[in-house]
Amino acid sequence: MSLSVEPASAEPERTSSIGGSTRFVPGQSNDRVTVVNGKVQLGQRLKDLWVNRDLLVLLTRTELKVKYKNSVLGYLWSMLNPALVLAIYFFVFKIINGRNGQPNFAIWLFAGLLAWNLFNGAAMGATGVVVGKAGIVKKVAFPRELLALSVVGVAMVMFAIQVVVLILALLLFGISPDWTFVAILPLALLALIVFTGAISVFLSAINVYLRDTQHLTEVLLMAWFWGTPIVYSYGLISTHLANKPGLEWLKYLYLWGNPVTPIVLTFQRAIYGVTQYTSSSTHQVNQLLPNWGVGTYAAVNGIVLGVSVGLFLLALIVFGRLEGNFAEEL
Amino acid sequence: MAVAIGVTDISKQFRLYNEKHTSLKERVIHGGKMPFTPFWALRDVNVDINQGETFGILGRNGCGKSTLLKCVAGILKPTTGEIRVRGTLAAMLELGAGFQPELSGRDNIFLNGSLLGLSRADIAKRFDEIVAFAELEDFIDNQVKFYSSGMYVRLGFAVAVNVEPDVLLVDEVLAVGDAAFQRKCMDHVKRFQREGRTIVVVSHGTDTIRQNCDRVMVMNHGRVITVDDPGEGIRVYLADLLGVGTLEGSETGGIEGNVFAIGTVQAEHGGSGARSHLYPGESLTVTADLDSLAAVPNAMATIAIHDDKNELVFASDPDDPVCQMEVPVGGGVVRFFFPEVPLLDGTYSVSVGVRSETETAIFDWKDQATQFEVANPGRSTGRIRLPLDVSFRLRSTGHTGEVPAVGSVFAPLAGWEENAS
Repeated sequence: MSLSVEPASAEPERTSSIGGSTRFVPGQSNDRVTVVNGKVQLGQRLKDLWVNRDLLVLLTRTELKVKYKNSVLGYLWSMLNPALVLAIYFFVFKIINGRNGQPNFAIWLFAGLLAWNLFNGAAMGATGVVVGKAGIVKKVAFPRELLALSVVGVAMVMFAIQVVVLILALLLFGISPDWTFVAILPLALLALIVFTGAISVFLSAINVYLRDTQHLTEVLLMAWFWGTPIVYSYGLISTHLANKPGLEWLKYLYLWGNPVTPIVLTFQRAIYGVTQYTSSSTHQVNQLLPNWGVGTYAAVNGIVLGVSVGLFLLALIVFGRLEGNFAEEL
Repeated sequence: MAVAIGVTDISKQFRLYNEKHTSLKERVIHGGKMPFTPFWALRDVNVDINQGETFGILGRNGCGKSTLLKCVAGILKPTTGEIRVRGTLAAMLELGAGFQPELSGRDNIFLNGSLLGLSRADIAKRFDEIVAFAELEDFIDNQVKFYSSGMYVRLGFAVAVNVEPDVLLVDEVLAVGDAAFQRKCMDHVKRFQREGRTIVVVSHGTDTIRQNCDRVMVMNHGRVITVDDPGEGIRVYLADLLGVGTLEGSETGGIEGNVFAIGTVQAEHGGSGARSHLYPGESLTVTADLDSLAAVPNAMATIAIHDDKNELVFASDPDDPVCQMEVPVGGGVVRFFFPEVPLLDGTYSVSVGVRSETETAIFDWKDQATQFEVANPGRSTGRIRLPLDVSFRLRSTGHTGEVPAVGSVFAPLAGWEENAS
C-alpha cells in the first residue's frame, strides 16, 4: 500500500451530517502527503518561517512579557536602563576626558553601543534558547529556528527603546545627526539584523550539542566587543596602522574581518555626525571615522548585507542538519 | 481507503551514554567520540493507518509507542525508514506543553495555538469557544502559574482539539479533568471520528482503547507484536504485560513445624489447555493441596479474589456451609468451583485459606497463591459482565409488535461459543 499512488477520488466522500458538522471532508480538505522525516530543503525552511511569522511575533512578545512580568516598573525598565547607562557614561567620561577629550563622548559611545547591543543581546540570548525551551522542543513540532529568531526579535525591541532614549539625549544636548547618513541607517540596521540572525541561529543549534558554547560565547563576545571600534575610534587604529609599513593588510582585516565594524561605523557616522575633532589643548587633529562619502558607506553596508544573507542561509542549513536530534539531545 | 499515516521500516536508535560528555573538555579528551550503548527504541516498524480510522497503540512502558508517536509528529527523527502523512497533523503529546506560567491564560491560548500551527486570526475566531470549553471564563486573565493542575490541563486540551487537524495524535492524555470534562473530551473525539478524521491514541487504558479504536497495534521492545481488532489486541497486550503464559500455581515450603499447610494452588478454567485466559462467563476451578499432620474435623475453606489493583473482588462467605470440610491426617485436596466467572478484562489473584469453624484459629492462609486472567473478546468494558437484554417498542398504545434488539451486547463472537460454558 503506497501513499503516493492513491488517487484522491478513491476515497468516498464522508461528509458528516451528524452534529451538523460539514467542515471536514477527507480527501478534499488537505490531501497533500508529506514525508515527515524527509529532508527539509532550504526553500521550504524559509517558507515555513514565513508561514509561522505569527508564532515568531508571539514568541517574541512572550519573551518580553516574561522578562518584565514581576517588576514594579515593568516596561519602563527597558527605557530607564539605557537612559541611566547613558547618564553614567556622560558623567564618567566628562571626568576622565576632561576638557581635552572627544566632545560628547557619551553620544559617540551610545551610537556604537546601540548597534552592538542588538548583536550582543541576541547572540547571548539565542545561545541558550533551544536548551532553555527544552519543554517545547521535546513536545511540539514547529520550526525551531523561530526560538533563536524570537531572541533577535526581543533585541530589536530593546534597540527601538534605546533609539528613543538616544533621540531624547540628542535633543537634550542639542546635537544634530548627519541626516544624509541617517538615510542609510535602515540599510545598516537590516545588515545588522540579518547578521545577528545568522549568528543566533547558528549558536542556538551548536549549544545543544556542546553546552560549552554558552560560556565560550560570553568570552568571545567580550573579545569581539573590544575588536570593534565602539569605545575607541576606528581612526585611532587606522592612523596607527597607516604609519607602519607592511601592516596595511591588518587594517583591511580589521575593517572587513568583522561585519559588525562597518555597521558600527555607519551608526557612529550618522548619529555622532563628525569624522574628526581637534583637541583643544594640543590642537592635534584626531581622526575618528573614515572620510568616506555616503555612497561608500552604503556600498560597504550593502556588501555586509550580502555576506550576512549568505551566512543566514548557511546557518539555516547547519540548523537543519542538527535539528533532527534536538529532542533526544536535550 | 486512503492511507493517512504510512510508516515504512522505521527504526530509531537512541544512544545511551554512560556519562554524557557535552563539554568541550570531555569531547577533546575522548577525541570527539563518546562511548555509548546503542538502544533500539523502534525496530522495523511497518504500519499503515487508514484515513478516518481510530488507531490505538498499546504496550508496556518503554516499548517505543511514544517514540513512534514523536517520530510521526516530526519531533524525533527516525534512524531509518520513512513516514508519510496525508493532510495536516497535530500532536497532543503533553497537554499544555509550552505554556508560559508567567503569562495569562489568554496569552497562553495564543502562544499554544500558534505552536500547534493555528494562525492568529484562527485563534482569535475560536478564542471564546476555547475558553468556554476549558471552563475558564473567570480565570482567563490570571497567570497560568496560579491555575490548578486540572485547569492547566483543561486549557491545554481545549487549545489542542480546536486545531482541527486531519490527523490527531494523542498520547495518554484523554483521562484529564473531572468526569464531566472527560465526557466533553470524548464527545470531541467522537465528533472527530464522525467527521472522518484520523486519530492515533497511545494509552495504557484498555477501556479507552476498546471503546474508541477500530484497530490496535501492540508493541514490545520497539517491535510490532500485532495489529488487530481491539479485543484480540488487548488480550495480546495483557498477556505480554503480565508475562503470564500459563496459569501456574506457586510452590510452598510444605509443613515445617506447622501441623497444617496449604501446598500447591492451581487454577483451571473452561478453556484450559487451549489458551491461558478465560473468556467472561467461563467456569473456574481452583484446587489447593492441603498437608496436615493432624486431623482437623471442622475446617472451613475460604477463598478470595483480588484484582490487579489489589482490590477485593470477591471473598467467600465465612459461614457458608459449602466451605465446611473434614481434613484427615495427611491432608487432601480442596477444590473450589465457580460455575461462571462474570468478570471482564484483568488479571485476578486468588488467595486461599483454611481456618477453624469457630474463627478462633487460622490454620494457614496463602495470599495470592495463584492467578488467572480474563480477556474479553467483546467490546463491553468495566469490571463485571452483567447479563443484559435490550428490546425496543413503539410508544403508541395500539401497537404491540416488539422489535427485536439490534443485538445482544454479548452476542457470541466467532470462535468463542465453543469455549463458552
